[in-house]
Amino acid sequence: MSALLGLGGAACIALAVLGGLIVLVGGWFVLTYNGLVQLRNAVKNAWSQIDVQLKRRYDLIPNLVETVKGYAGHEKETLERVIQARQAGIAASTVKDQAAAENMITGALRQLFALSEAYPNLKANENFLKLQEELASTENKIGFARQYYNDAVQTFNTRQEMFPANLVASMLGFQPAEFFEIEDAGQREAPKVKF
Amino acid sequence: MAQFEQLTSANKRNSVLLVILFILFICVLGALLGWAVFGDPIAAVPSIFLALIVSSISALIGYYAGPSAVLAMSGARPIAKEADPELYNVVEELSIASGLPMPALYLVDTPAMNAFATGRDPKHACVAVTSGLRERLKRDELQGVLAHELSHVQNFDIRFMTLMAVLVGVVVLVADIGTRAIFYGGRGRSSGRGGGGGVLQLVIIVLAVILAIIAPIFAKLIQLAVSRQREFLADASAARLTRYPEGLARALEALAAETEPMPQASRATAHLFIVQPLMMNGRRPGGSGESMWSSHPPIEERIRRIRSLGSMGA
Repeated sequence: MSALLGLGGAACIALAVLGGLIVLVGGWFVLTYNGLVQLRNAVKNAWSQIDVQLKRRYDLIPNLVETVKGYAGHEKETLERVIQARQAGIAASTVKDQAAAENMITGALRQLFALSEAYPNLKANENFLKLQEELASTENKIGFARQYYNDAVQTFNTRQEMFPANLVASMLGFQPAEFFEIEDAGQREAPKVKF
Repeated sequence: MAQFEQLTSANKRNSVLLVILFILFICVLGALLGWAVFGDPIAAVPSIFLALIVSSISALIGYYAGPSAVLAMSGARPIAKEADPELYNVVEELSIASGLPMPALYLVDTPAMNAFATGRDPKHACVAVTSGLRERLKRDELQGVLAHELSHVQNFDIRFMTLMAVLVGVVVLVADIGTRAIFYGGRGRSSGRGGGGGVLQLVIIVLAVILAIIAPIFAKLIQLAVSRQREFLADASAARLTRYPEGLARALEALAAETEPMPQASRATAHLFIVQPLMMNGRRPGGSGESMWSSHPPIEERIRRIRSLGSMGA
């Protein structure tokens, strides 16, 4: 009788340990999965921040082109390049194409602003100055949003690759996110800070 | 990068720890003062409750009203985007870089150059700059200063420093009420105690008075030490945010060279500013060495550390 009870007790303990282990592993699984989802959403959110700023730039460009036309209408080639780059940016569907198009816009705008130096009347135009500040700031915002996005991508990708989270990630089909690369060599040489 | 996330969560944890420590401390202080005032160990229990009630009420008021009180004391007025698009843009750029909501922007009309951040969390953050700073710094220097302020927001320093100031104030208040009660309330008390109790009573009174005098000083010293550490950290975070440490380094050089006094700052708010706003003998104190009484590390040391961050990468 007592032996039977003892056996039952041992079985109970074994069951309890097994149950505890299952709960622990399950809990870890859920926590890891939720952590990954959170990071993936952070990446998505960071991307939408870039998108907001890109749209803002698309909205500002036609205004700028119109203003410049009034003073330097014969600079057709430069104006044309800005318009084309903008259209390429709007049409882009992948991160890579988008990055390439945005670099084109940045280059074209830089050229346009350099050219405006030769037109004192244009440079004195209040609307132009306002647009210049807004576009310069939007440019910075895109840069910072990209920096934030790349940081988020790095955190997400690193988390996916590290053991043991990589087991959950590969089991549930998590994919590494794409970096928003900078193609412009000049921009790549910007001072870097290591931590 | 992970290092900074750890520091942020460490800061949140420290805030909780700080509150717990202060509660315990207030209990001890309340108990000792109560015992000293009423001459009876049993009086320590209601005194603890009294001290806790007084301190939680004043702490809650301070925590929620403190930031707006700081803004009012500094003469800061809110400023819209239309009034200064460039300043607004610089802050908006940095809020995107840090992933923070856009803080409320304030301007302090004074020729002195300075800036501070306050609020209890990133959603209720306020960043203020002086008109002197706004006018005399170039865009990338301004960016460095504002990145420093936004780092205070991001690292939860604004909450930590608000809490710290509130808790120091509470300790001062409780210690003050206690010593007053001992000196004034104690005299009119009728007593029929024996000689032995009298000696013990005297010891408790002396202990309570010493603690009541030392506690505010000690609390203030902790606040200053934490404040100095937070400044270094915010400088480093600012360099990480802008990826351009030189902007902040140049801004600090300009701030170090400046001698304009700032009447809007006081000893109560001095630790919030990016550089010590109170002048001593026509210059900022603490230029040569770090003192345990200064709220900010020496500017030269900060500039040196910021520049060393910049040279590490390239």
